[in-house]
Amino acid sequence: MLNRTADSVARATPEPLARRVRGISDKGLAWLFISPTILLLLAINIFPLFWAIYLSFTNYRANRPNEVVKNLGLSNYRRILGDQDIWIAMQTTAHFVFWTILLQTLIGFTLAWLIDRKFRGHAFWTTIILVPMMLSPAVVGNFWRFLYEPQIGLFAYAISFVSGIPPTDIQMLSNVSLAPWSIIIVDTWMWTPYVMLICLAGLRSIPEYIYEAAEVDRASNWRQFWSITLPMALPFIMLAVLFRGIENFKMFDMVNLLTGGGPGSTTEVASITLKRQAFESWRTGYSSAFAIILFVAVFGLANIYVKALNKVKQR
Amino acid sequence: MSLTTAHSVVAPSANAKLIAGTIIVAYALISIVPLLWIFATSFKTPPDSIAYPPKVVFQPSIEGYCNLFTTRTRQTPEYINSLGPATGFCDETVRKRNMVIAGPSNFLPRFVNSLIIAFGSTFCAVFLGTLSAYGFSRFKVPLADDLLFFILSTRMMPPIAVAIPIYLMYRELGLSDTALGMILLYTAVNVSLAVWLLKGFIDEIPREYEEAAMIDGYTRLQAFWRTVLPQATTGIAATAIFCLIFAWNEYAFAALLTSGTAQTAPPFIPTIIGEGGQDWPAVAAGTTIFLVPILVFTILLRKQLLRGITFGAVRK
Repeated sequence: MLNRTADSVARATPEPLARRVRGISDKGLAWLFISPTILLLLAINIFPLFWAIYLSFTNYRANRPNEVVKNLGLSNYRRILGDQDIWIAMQTTAHFVFWTILLQTLIGFTLAWLIDRKFRGHAFWTTIILVPMMLSPAVVGNFWRFLYEPQIGLFAYAISFVSGIPPTDIQMLSNVSLAPWSIIIVDTWMWTPYVMLICLAGLRSIPEYIYEAAEVDRASNWRQFWSITLPMALPFIMLAVLFRGIENFKMFDMVNLLTGGGPGSTTEVASITLKRQAFESWRTGYSSAFAIILFVAVFGLANIYVKALNKVKQR
Repeated sequence: MSLTTAHSVVAPSANAKLIAGTIIVAYALISIVPLLWIFATSFKTPPDSIAYPPKVVFQPSIEGYCNLFTTRTRQTPEYINSLGPATGFCDETVRKRNMVIAGPSNFLPRFVNSLIIAFGSTFCAVFLGTLSAYGFSRFKVPLADDLLFFILSTRMMPPIAVAIPIYLMYRELGLSDTALGMILLYTAVNVSLAVWLLKGFIDEIPREYEEAAMIDGYTRLQAFWRTVLPQATTGIAATAIFCLIFAWNEYAFAALLTSGTAQTAPPFIPTIIGEGGQDWPAVAAGTTIFLVPILVFTILLRKQLLRGITFGAVRK
């Protein structure tokens, strides 16, 4: 019975190929299995990356492909590091990353800790809480523009209902001081469940007998939290922070649709600057250099992430 | 067994449970409001959608869905009266606003593009990912850790940074604004997730199964096909859904590299405009249709979610 299928498979394969496959060594098979993935990544990721590195040393402009390309050496990099706008964009990114991560970690961990009380129906409500993070940040971010509308928007209405401020004054997207918070609110709404889910796994990994022993020693709940719960969940919290840090450092879609970097450039995070330089001003060489700088920065974070990942694995 | 846990000294008290439960339910309800509002708005008429104060109770209408799937032109009442009787609900609603349906909108083709590109890239990524994951899981690959890290690191690049050279490369190769180009790109992005997740799943399948099969005279390939793949079905399915969700939700590449024939739904939905600004009921209708498949998948996946979102780093 089993052999019949194998035979029909073998017969369906052209004879020379079948012979080769049947007799293939483990080492050969390993490379046969792995190389397509590596080749695809070389073609779609690595080759373009090297191309970008080459472009970053030139004055190439993608909208003028026939112009003579001049080699500029390191001057693109020098200009970026001295460019005031780039530094403002990096500060905007840092502000966004710092506050989103702080809020998401605090709220996410609290939610996970509460869910871990295992009240009736906690599984159902956990699933409900998880929904926002699975949705498209672009499509949902776009809809938040409607929720943020002064007056007709639900968000402005709810805030004015609670605070008494007239709803026409709640200009989340066009007020210079509120706009950075409008993107932080949406990101926190979307990604707090992500941190929560990872923290929950951390809390559930703590064996119950440790708490039992602490109880026997009459450790207070406060003490148990600080010396058992938090330290043991810490690797998980760190992992969540690193993942969110990398993701929010690259943030593009939600911000692009919600504020487009505006008003002015108050919410212009690094990716938005990059898009404006590359696809609106068409300074391809210059923006490639900026892309390389960003990539090196993210790669640094990725290295930390892998170290944390190994730490978690060792436990 | 249940008795001992019920009387455990560390079990939260009934009061603690009540407070925790109340806070969680409150958070869940508040966080779901924006989504319920999208759903509600999709069934409002344009005037209802921009009413002040925002309308919670309203007469449901499918005008938003009509507007989503059609393009309309304004006409004089005389012209509309000269037409025959309306041919359907949408026709009737549109005529009440002194407009006639001019033709289908681009939503359906964009939605179909999303389907083709998401399923195409998922299939390729899971296919390549399964093979590589098996290779990394079962064979001694030189520099395996470096290769695995290389595969993961490709996911760390900001999409815009990748998009600049890809844009140039696709322009040279004639892949700009083609479904094939997008499938290749999404496959490359997703394959890293697929390899990492599937390696975890395949690592959990005992090697003894294949070894037994090989002793029975199977070749390595047959053993892979007959014993490993059937055991890995759950993992492969979960991985496929994660890849599908990524490709479905992706916006940055789609917005920069497609403009017409291969454009997917996410860059299209924000461009739906009516007369005098964004047609919010139509946007909400498009958003609802776009989000429903993901909701279904999220519920199906809830047990594997943790693993998927951490690239397999946290398992439970």
